This record gives sequence, C-alpha cells and structure tokens, in this order.
Amino acid sequence: MQFFFEVLIGGLLAGVMYSLVALGFVLIYKASGVFNFAQGSMVFFAALTTVGLVESGMPLLAAAGITLVAMIALAVLIERFVLRPLVNQPQITLFMATIGLAFFIEGLAQGAWGANVRGLDIGIEDAPIEWISDSTGMAISKFDLAAAGICAVLVSTLALFFSKTRIGRALRAVADDHQGALAVGIPLRQIWVIVWGVAGFVALVSGLLWGARNGVQFALTFVALKALPVLILGGFESVAGAIVGGLIIGASEKLAEIYIPPVIHGWFGVTVNGLEAWFPYVLALLFLLVRPEGLFGEKHIDRV
Amino acid sequence: MAAGRNIGEPVLIAEDVSLSFGGVRALQNVSFDVRQHEIRAIIGPNGAGKSSMLNVINGVYHPQVGTVTFKGRTRKHVHPHEAAEQGIARTFQNIALFRGMSVLDNIMTGRNLKMRTNFLQQAIWLGPARREELEHRRRVEEVIDFLEIQHIRKTPVGRLPYGLQKRVELGRALAAEPEMLLLDEPMAGMNTEEKQDMCRFILDVNDQFGTTIVLIEHDMGVVMDLSDRVLVLDYGRKIADGTPDEVRGNRQVIDAYLGVAH
Amino acid sequence: MFYREAGQFRTTYAADQQIFPIRQDRIAVVAVLLVAFVGVPLVGNEYWLKAILIPFLIFSLAALGLNILTGYAGQLSLGTAAFMAVGAFAAYNFQLRVGGMPILVSFALSGLCAALVGIVFGLPSLRIKGFYLAVATLACQFFVVWALNKFPWFSNNSSSGVISAQAIRILGYDFGAPHRILGVSVAPEVSTYLLVLVIVSLLALAAKNMVRSSAGRAWMAVRDMDVAAAVIGIPIMRTKLLAFAVSSFYCGVAGALYAFAYLGTVEPEAFTLDLSFRILFMIIIGGVGSILGSFLGAGFIVLFPIFLNTYAEPFARLLRIELPPGMVSNLELVIFGGLIVFFLAVEPLGLARLWQITKEKLRLWPFPH
Repeated sequence: MQFFFEVLIGGLLAGVMYSLVALGFVLIYKASGVFNFAQGSMVFFAALTTVGLVESGMPLLAAAGITLVAMIALAVLIERFVLRPLVNQPQITLFMATIGLAFFIEGLAQGAWGANVRGLDIGIEDAPIEWISDSTGMAISKFDLAAAGICAVLVSTLALFFSKTRIGRALRAVADDHQGALAVGIPLRQIWVIVWGVAGFVALVSGLLWGARNGVQFALTFVALKALPVLILGGFESVAGAIVGGLIIGASEKLAEIYIPPVIHGWFGVTVNGLEAWFPYVLALLFLLVRPEGLFGEKHIDRV
Repeated sequence: MAAGRNIGEPVLIAEDVSLSFGGVRALQNVSFDVRQHEIRAIIGPNGAGKSSMLNVINGVYHPQVGTVTFKGRTRKHVHPHEAAEQGIARTFQNIALFRGMSVLDNIMTGRNLKMRTNFLQQAIWLGPARREELEHRRRVEEVIDFLEIQHIRKTPVGRLPYGLQKRVELGRALAAEPEMLLLDEPMAGMNTEEKQDMCRFILDVNDQFGTTIVLIEHDMGVVMDLSDRVLVLDYGRKIADGTPDEVRGNRQVIDAYLGVAH
Repeated sequence: MFYREAGQFRTTYAADQQIFPIRQDRIAVVAVLLVAFVGVPLVGNEYWLKAILIPFLIFSLAALGLNILTGYAGQLSLGTAAFMAVGAFAAYNFQLRVGGMPILVSFALSGLCAALVGIVFGLPSLRIKGFYLAVATLACQFFVVWALNKFPWFSNNSSSGVISAQAIRILGYDFGAPHRILGVSVAPEVSTYLLVLVIVSLLALAAKNMVRSSAGRAWMAVRDMDVAAAVIGIPIMRTKLLAFAVSSFYCGVAGALYAFAYLGTVEPEAFTLDLSFRILFMIIIGGVGSILGSFLGAGFIVLFPIFLNTYAEPFARLLRIELPPGMVSNLELVIFGGLIVFFLAVEPLGLARLWQITKEKLRLWPFPH
C-alpha cells in the first residue's frame, strides 16, 4: 500500500512538470487560437541556451535572464514570420505550421549549441526528503516538491493575470475573435508578442526544471508531446485543466507502468516495459471518445 | 403563380414541433403541411425560426416535441442522410458548397446517393465505374444546361461570385432529383437580374419536374409572385398560414414586420 | 505557345474525363514512363537506384496513402509510420509462417492488415476532429511501434533484435541476385527497382481513379464541410473509415516494400514518429489533395538532404565558414521547418499547384500575353 502511494505521489509530482509544459500550450491557444506544436522545441531551446551560456562561464541567473530575452526575440520573429502570414488560415494549417516551426527551432538550437547531452544544476537536489522518508518510509524527492511549488506559484500568477489585468482581458478577447478584438482597438500584434513571450518564459521555467531532472537533450522535445494528452484531458483553454490533466497523466502513467505489465505477463507470458511511451495517449484517446471537449473545455456548437 | 399544376395531397406534415437550444426556444408548437407539387413559402422576421424549421424537416436538428411526417412516414428523429435518401434536398443560407472542388464536382456530389459502384470498381475504373461516371456526368450536364452555368463548370467554387455560388448550390440539390426541395433564402444578396433568373429557375423546376418546394425568403415581391401558400413564423410560433393574399392582409403579420415590406 | 490547347476539342464526356485530356500532357507522361521503365534500367547506376530512386518510389507510395487520408479526406494523421510498420511486420510474418506464400500475396495481405489497424484507429475520427484526431493518431503511432517492439512473437523471438527481411522471389526469379536476360546483365537493384516501379505505378493509377470518382468526391466533401455532405446523403462514417482503410493499405504496402526492397531488415526503429513527420512534410510541400503532389514532395524530401550533403561543404568553404560536424543535419531541420511554414503561408497547395501555374504560363510562352 505504501508502495502504491509512493508511486502515486511520484507520478503526481512528475505530472506537475507536464502541467508546466501544457501551460505554455494553453496560454498560446487561449490568446491566439493556435495550437503550438513547437512548444516542446521552445522548452528545448530555452534549456539548451541556458546551459550553453552557463558552460561558457555565466552564472545561472544571468544565463536564464539572457535566455528570456532570446525567447522574447523568438516570439517577435514568430509573430512576424509565422503568425502574420497565416492570419486567416484554418486552425489545422496553423497547427502544421507549428510542426514546421518545431523542426526549425530544434535545428537552430542544436546548430547553435551542439547536440550533446548536458546536465544542468539549478541548486535543488534530486534526493528524498529526509523527514518524510524517516517518518513514513516513502521516498519523495525534494526536487519534485520544489518543482510542484514553482508550478503552483506560476499558475496562480498567470490565473490572476488573465482574470484581473487589462492585458489579460485583452488576451481573452483575442482568443475568442481576432476580428472582433481588432474592431475594439486591441493591438493584435503586440498581444501576440506578449503571449508568445510569456509562453517563452513558461518554456524557460519548464526547460530548466526538466533539464535539471533529466539532462538537457533532444528527448526533451518528446516531453512536449506528452503535454498533448494533458491538454486533451484538461481542455485546451483552461489553465486549471492543464494542472488537473497533468496530474492525472503523470499519476496514471507511473501507475500503469507498475500495474499493467504483470497483467500482460499473465495473459501473454511476455514481460513488457516502457508503457509510458503510449499509455497517456491511449488514455487521452479513450477520454476523447467520451468527452470530446475535455474535462474543462467548452462544448462547441456548429451553426448550420 | 403558375397555373395548370396539380397540387396534390399533403406530402409533408409537421405536427406540434417544438425545438429548444438550451434556454433558447427556436420553435414552439408549429404545425403545418406542404402539399405535393406546391411552392410553399416560410416567412417571418429574423430569428423567427425559419431556418430551424427547415433543419428539422431534413434532420439536422431534432425537435424535443412533435413529429414530421414525410410521404406517409412519421418520424421524430431522422438523420440528414436518411432525409436525403427519402428524397429531400436543400440549400443553405450561408452557402454550403465544397470549396476545394470545382462546380462540376460539387454538382456531381449531389448524385452520390444514386451511385452504386464501390471503391474497388472505381479503382479499376474500366467497366462499370466508368460507365456509371459517364452516365451521371450526362445527367449533371443537363442540370448545368438548365441553370446556364456551362462556362464555369471547371472553376473551383471558392472563386465564384456569390450569386453564381448560390446557383451552383441549387444545381447540387437538383442533381439529386429530389421530390422536395428546401431552399433557405435562395435570393439573399442578389441583385434584381439575378433574382429574376433565380425565380425563373425555381418556377421551371416546379413546373417541369413537379418538385415540391419549400422556400424561406425575405423579398415579399418574390414570395407573393412565386408561392401557392405562405406560412408566417414569429418568435418560433406560427402566426398565419394561407394564400399570399390572405397572409398579406393579416393584422398580426403586418405587426410582426412593423409594417415594413421589402 | 507550344503548350496551347487551342484546337483540341473534347467532344465526348469520355474524352473530357481522361486523366490527361491535353495532348501535350499525354506526350509528356509517355515520355516520363519510357524514361522510368526503359531508360533508367539501362543507364542507372547502383547508387542512384538503391539510394535515390527506390526510396523515392516507396516514399511516394506512403505519401499517396497519407494524402488520401489527410489531403483528400481531411483527417490529419501523425501515425503514418505505424501503418508502414504493420505492413512490414505483417509481410515478414506471412513469409515466415505460411509455407510457400508468394511474396506479392504477402505484400497484399500486409496491406490488408494495415488497413484493419487503420480502421480500428480510424474509429475515433467519427467523434473527434482536427488536431484532437492528430493526437489520437499519435496514440496509434506510439502503441503500435511499442507493441511490435515488446512482443517477441512479431520478430520471431529473435534475440539480437535485428531480423532480416526475406529475399524477394517471384516464380523462381530471385530479385536479390544478378541475372542475365537476353544477353543483358540485370543487376539486383535494377530488378528490385522495376518491381517497385510496377507496384507503385499500379497503385498510383488506382488512387487517381478513386479520387476522380464518387469515392474521392465523398472524401473531399467530408473534408470541406461534413454537415453539408451528410445532408446530401454521403455516409460520413463509411467515408471516413474507407479513407483510413485505403490510406493504411497504401502505407502498409509501402512499409513492406521499405523493409524488403530497401532496408533489408524489419525493425520497429525504422518506423518512428520522425518518419511520420517526414511523410507529412512530403504532402505539405508536394501538395495536399494531389496525386502528383505526393510524388513531387517525396522527390523533394529524398533529394534535398543529398543535395545539402553534397553542396554544403563546398559552399561553406567558398564563404570561408567552418562547418562543425553534424551541422548539415541541423541545417536540414532548419530548412525543412522553414519550408513548411513558407509553403503553408505562400502556396498551401504545394509544388503541385506551382506546377499547374507553370503550365498555365506555358500556354502563352514565349509570348507575353
């Protein structure tokens, strides 16, 4: 039973990390209606740039700061060269464009900094918290808990930003109707740059956390793919949904890894592992069949 | 009004139809009938529920209360493609053409229900698939001749002006050789000349093929000239039902329109 | 003026319905076919056949499959490589476990297996649309490759994990060995090339026939406006599932050919998400909703890396820049990514549409108007 809780909590905390990446998706989708497949490469780019700068002698905070500037510059370029030319195209076209963008950013990042795996130390250890392991015997990592804390702070800030500030309201207006927003004088281009910049910041935080945990490598881009089932569960437009979705995916993936292989062994006599490669997606698929708009999403009614 | 047609028995009967979307009541207890071979107009101010009524007739919306009987079969919930199989075709208010295809291909899709070959035969092409394709092409060309759109048959529909797109949409509906045609504002956005052409086509369809026509229209002149009977809706309720002359003099109808006739 | 169609009247619907109604097109196509079937085998060298033409044909077939599903029927799929993997492993297992199975039958059956998997993973498309469906196809991609990897039965319990594809033998003729026919020596890659060419040509013809018939129109109707399609009587469910089935069949056969006629091995690692993306790029660049586009896109994606590899170094030397190792592959990513965005913004219908525009300009050339 204790083992179950250990796996569960480990999964929940890993899920927090997924939520972080998913948050970037939700931001961009909420504000520009674009499903940004390139979010993963942005995480990778941010992590790689920070590490590259640190390796050339810069202190971590400065490196992160410069990376943030780079992310904002990237946002400006994306708005100018990807979003603007494609402004009235159907969503699916924009989605495919972001796939192209993802490849572009990956090539750029690796071209600039090389493709070796690097470690990143952000000052928090990945070690079990002593008082928890002493009292309950469960191993829960300091790092995971710190990540959860950072995520919570980030999410609350963003949620407040969206609901309370003028810019937040403008972002929501843009998400609903580009033309309508333009009609009331909302500066569309500035808004998009702001949004993609904030998403870049989220990508930076995700990149640092993920990079510190798993090392900065190309596989980081696959983390972003994992965010897709998170978004399906949570709905593409809900910050709360990204959190809940991330937790569910993180937990279920770890639990599946532990509890499903014995069943398969019983049925087929085969020992398997690596279920996390597909389990979140199949879960999302089954979920979509029941609730196509996600837990928190809105139902779309087509007018004929 | 065209004389000398035999207007027959009711072919469509709507009984007590009520339709709501969440809190919005689109239709409330609407009952009426449409007789075979007649031209029936549905009029009313914006938001009166006219398009919703058409959508109920061909199964796009399912009423919470009430039934629709077509050709003697009563059903509450019908699927759009079942309605198509039973012989109902329609056009839409905001043109529903397939933008990626040419005029010819769009009208050919109207013949889809009548095509019998399967994809394997079509992959081989020689033999039954080719024969069937040419046969239906011939029929579609008759529709194209009828609507005088030969010169644009290979043009992608997205590039056509609005009036021609509406004509192509009518062509697609006609290609199905329907028994009943539902037209949702077929003249919207047209100038006088285009309207005259469209009226001519509608009358010819009714005259030559005997198709029963239900049309939603805002232009009162058109409604008075074309239709045999008129149904008036306001806020989802039926407020008048009769010949154009009867309806024109009806106090409630005049009030509903605030005395403004187009 | 050389490309004038003036004077070419088509007086029957049958004449209008041809795949190539313009005489100049027909001549061009005959020329291309002559070059492909006769010219290439005579002059082609081993490198061109093995490294360029054979993969080009195989990828064209996969691109055709994806184009049917995504380009014509509008169902975005990121699982193409998974269907190819099913085809490859199915063909391998049929050859292995059914004694005396003719290889062409194995290929056909492998396509059918892929089609079945396609129908299963296509079922969600009845409820889900757009990029939600794309995520569902990701589930297919990851699950299928994982299953083929982890269940040893598929790879005949091979301990090394590397299984070789069986040799291709039709009626005693071994495609992997050199032959002498009528005094002419025929290298194995020439035999293989011709076999792949015949298969791909026949399937391409079948695809062209399907898309210009009611099946293709039904697919395009569902893509453009499925509510209207339902209203005119097109059965949405059957149409979507047919698109998945046919598309997966093509991808399955392509996968089998990929393993048997190109790689020589049958392994799950050859069918990753990266391959799915590549094929998607092929149809975006080549032209969605176009048979020709599938070939153009495949050609581009096959040739471009080779072009880059050959000319990047000399070009860099010219500019006196030092290219670090591995830079070329990053350059590839950057350029592909950029091209995708470019094509989507400037010419969403890809190279095929650019070709059409060229033909229209050729009508007047060399006159200005």
